[in-house]
Amino acid sequence: MSTQSHRLPTGGRIDRSRVVRFTVDGVAYDGHPGDTVASALLANGRVRVGDSIYRRRARGIMSAGVEEPNALLQVGGDCPEPMVPATIRPLVDGLSASTLSGLGVLDPVGDDATYDKMFVHTDVLVIGGGPAGIAAALSAAQGDARVILLDDQPELGGSLLASRAEQVDGRPALDWVASAAATLADAPEVTVLTRTLAFGSYDDNYVLAVQNRTDHLDTPTPAGVSRQRVWHVRAGQVVIATGAHERPLVFAGNDRPGVMLAGAVRSYVNRYAVRPGERAVVATSNDSAYDTVEDLLAAGVEVAAVLDARDVLSARAADVAARGVRVVPSTTVQETAIDDATGRIGRVDVGILDDAGEATCWESISCDLLAVSGGWSPVVHLHSQRNGRLRWDERLVAFVPDGVVDGQQVVGSAAGTVALEAVLREGAAAGAAAAVRTGHPVEPVELPASAPLTGEGEVRALWLVPGRDGEPGEWDEHFVDLQRDQTVADVWRATGAGMRSVEHVKRYTSIGTANDQGKTSGVNAIGVIAAALGGPGIGEIGTTTYRAPYAPVSFAALAGRERGDLFDPERTTPIHPWHVAHGAELEIVGQWLRPRHYPLPGEDMDAAVARECRAARTGVAMMDASTLGKIEVQGPDAGEFLNRVYTNAFKKLPVGSARYGVMCRPDGMMFDDGVTLRLAEDRFFMTTTTGGAANVLDWLEEWLQTEWPELEVHCTSVTEQWSTVAVVGPRSREVVARVAPELDVSNEAFPFMTYRETTLASGIPARVCRISFSGELAFEVNVAGWYGLAVWEQIHEAGRDLGITPYGTEAMHVLRAEKGYPIVGQDTDGTVTPQDAGMDWIVSKQKDFIGRRSYARVDTSRADRKHMVGLLPVDRTTVLPEGAQLVEVGTVVGDGPDPVPMLGHVTSSYRSVALERPFGLALLAGGRDRIGERVLAPVGDELVEVEVTSPVLYDPEGTKRDG
Amino acid sequence: MLLLTCPWCGPRDETEYHYGGQAHVPYPAEPAALSDEEWADYLFFRDNPKGPFAERWSHSGGCRRWFNVVRDTASYEVLATYTNADPRPVVGSDAPGGAR
Repeated sequence: MSTQSHRLPTGGRIDRSRVVRFTVDGVAYDGHPGDTVASALLANGRVRVGDSIYRRRARGIMSAGVEEPNALLQVGGDCPEPMVPATIRPLVDGLSASTLSGLGVLDPVGDDATYDKMFVHTDVLVIGGGPAGIAAALSAAQGDARVILLDDQPELGGSLLASRAEQVDGRPALDWVASAAATLADAPEVTVLTRTLAFGSYDDNYVLAVQNRTDHLDTPTPAGVSRQRVWHVRAGQVVIATGAHERPLVFAGNDRPGVMLAGAVRSYVNRYAVRPGERAVVATSNDSAYDTVEDLLAAGVEVAAVLDARDVLSARAADVAARGVRVVPSTTVQETAIDDATGRIGRVDVGILDDAGEATCWESISCDLLAVSGGWSPVVHLHSQRNGRLRWDERLVAFVPDGVVDGQQVVGSAAGTVALEAVLREGAAAGAAAAVRTGHPVEPVELPASAPLTGEGEVRALWLVPGRDGEPGEWDEHFVDLQRDQTVADVWRATGAGMRSVEHVKRYTSIGTANDQGKTSGVNAIGVIAAALGGPGIGEIGTTTYRAPYAPVSFAALAGRERGDLFDPERTTPIHPWHVAHGAELEIVGQWLRPRHYPLPGEDMDAAVARECRAARTGVAMMDASTLGKIEVQGPDAGEFLNRVYTNAFKKLPVGSARYGVMCRPDGMMFDDGVTLRLAEDRFFMTTTTGGAANVLDWLEEWLQTEWPELEVHCTSVTEQWSTVAVVGPRSREVVARVAPELDVSNEAFPFMTYRETTLASGIPARVCRISFSGELAFEVNVAGWYGLAVWEQIHEAGRDLGITPYGTEAMHVLRAEKGYPIVGQDTDGTVTPQDAGMDWIVSKQKDFIGRRSYARVDTSRADRKHMVGLLPVDRTTVLPEGAQLVEVGTVVGDGPDPVPMLGHVTSSYRSVALERPFGLALLAGGRDRIGERVLAPVGDELVEVEVTSPVLYDPEGTKRDG
Repeated sequence: MLLLTCPWCGPRDETEYHYGGQAHVPYPAEPAALSDEEWADYLFFRDNPKGPFAERWSHSGGCRRWFNVVRDTASYEVLATYTNADPRPVVGSDAPGGAR
């Protein structure tokens, strides 16, 4: 037994051969494929949805589309979703939902559905599949232009889906739509995307649209089909045929369940074959609602009266009146009352509008449906997102597009055109013009049409129906924004508080900020603001700014496949599998996955790092340093170029030698550092920080191309072409001697900061450097990337009897910090000069380089600049948190100047096995002059006393370097 | 999403490019000869016009070449695209100006 008490016996674009069952708020209903949840509820006689968000007033379904302010659902099931308008959600078997009071709940469970993206180019993009859009696509498709036609509905037709008497090309309008859809489907260069909503329009005709691909299926999602797809369309020409939204009227009690937009009533009657009420009153300011009147009569619904705000009946109104419908000019709804038995509107109080805009009550009419039309607002959102201008049209009583966005045309009711024939003509002309402009000459298709609504009638601007008594500031049942529960009284309070701009009123009241983004309330709000201010006209007040998205789009759809493992590229070195196999804890550095430490069973990080540091300081340890950025700098001017880029000299660096360098921005601040080898007169091998490699290459190329094009230099990233194994510790020489027997590893033959080319015992060619980032005797073995794992294993095997210990980034940090070596970007932050970092020695006094001039600025020689210093907590136990502030001894937190004067902050902090205590590095104002003094570091509620030291805390004499 | 035309690769999406700020602000030939004020002007001051603006772009996701664009900062209309070797073209109502 069907529950569909309000389904009309015939008609509608629903599939009556199938019944689908669904529940809303726990109540079981049934409907048909082709229904939305809203139309099915209405077919079941239910208009009531969730109460309003703040005032908890009863509300009902008001619209039949994306503009719906009231009928919001929390949809359950496999892919739960909040805040879904019931008016756009296709009905499927088994759907379960509950109505919302303006707020939904995001399901904390992850969304496992697939979302993807499509990037396409087209000659002509037509947005909107109503009569104007179809005519545009038909015209544009006559040649061989690539055409994409988008529409958010399940089928083409737009407003014609709700039509009854309209004719196009000598046929019922929907017959014409069907043949046009078939023509477009057969055209090889045309793509028609239904259920696809264009939500963003960006520079140079870049349009984003979201396609719903599975929500309408009541079978499980086919494998490989994404739930939603975001289309990124770059179009030569865009035709915007997005239609218009009807405006409600602002009177007392205009939010009762059973108050519906007149056009939505048409949709429900004609498209969904629903009888939305038994006895209707129609209140209008324009001719469009007379179509609704005729459709209601045709569906057997009694029309008690048409309240027409205009003083003189238009031809259309007179025509309808002549057929016996009671049409009352100069009237509108003054108030409504609810029928307690049904919970929906039960009575309308008619107000006579006089010339001064006052209203007096004249009679009451009982009804259960009130269809309202306050005029139509063209959907100009996409035009406006591109900064397309709008113009207030007094005749249409609407903001219409004014001026042109390059490469775009707005047509049909989106441009304020009313009559069907004119809409078709405009669409056809625009489609042809768009094709022509992309080099595909065609003529517009000719489409004669007829419709009851000819568009000749006037529209009365009626923004505010006066209440029965009181002042506007008291009219708190005249709703302007139903979803935000904001009324005329709220607008008056905003203007009373001094708000004048519509943008300010919007933010003061929140009108237009709900998830419907004011689609039905925006222009009414401007009208009410104009009334409140008394002076400026609506056109002067203007609209708020239209921004993407036009309608809510889920983050999952925007993210597409770029989530989880695909969120960001993950880089690993050739040695990575060994790290994983040996239990390394990994961390992400830049995009690299690096071992942080290698815990043995039962070890925590502190224990593992202490063991790894001890091995490096007392025995031998090894680290995968392959992630260091590597750039080959080649060309006859390579030496000169590096001389200009680094603060120290490279031009005369001998072949076979290495040098540490710092590069700075023109403002003199440190930007990157690393060791560079000279491979030949015209060839250098530069290393950079792991995270800075790409930026350094960009930097070098920028200077070569934009400032010094005369220099003959080429830079090539070779980061991934090389694997690098650092072998570190007093016994590292023995290990390197074993794997590289042809190499004389003695200090005399192979001194610090040199490198040697050799062939390892395994036959693998290697470049071995004597570079140390720990202060210990150390070697870096560089081999072709694909040998990395083999050489790592060879070194590990060669050092096994010496207890060679792999170490990770954490131990590396401790070892380098003990020696006061800064990490650019951790111990420096773009405000630190080499001098601030205590590296005056690396700044050449002889040559010019990028940044040098800045060291003569007053600011860079201030005595109170922040210097890099070492820190030793006096209690010998506290590990300072990195980022902790430093303050003067004697500072009392919470009882003195606020904020407490801050001297600097901790940049690095670790436990040290070698020092047998925790230590840190810091940037401290006038720090070098404070060495030996104490400062305080707030840690939690404690103020920890800290001694300021030189940043070099371990082996300051450098006795360990050569073994 | 701007559609910029790389002089070497042709029209490409904005996401392939990297922005480089005002064009025609050369690194001073002799920084040491500048007063502190002149040096600070080079380091820290750039024009911010409403209207045509010559700016640098790098096709960082493509050929990695730098080039210049005159773009209207109000309408985002690209008025000219030219290589580093070319002088700034005179476009629209724009006068060359901006020399420093």
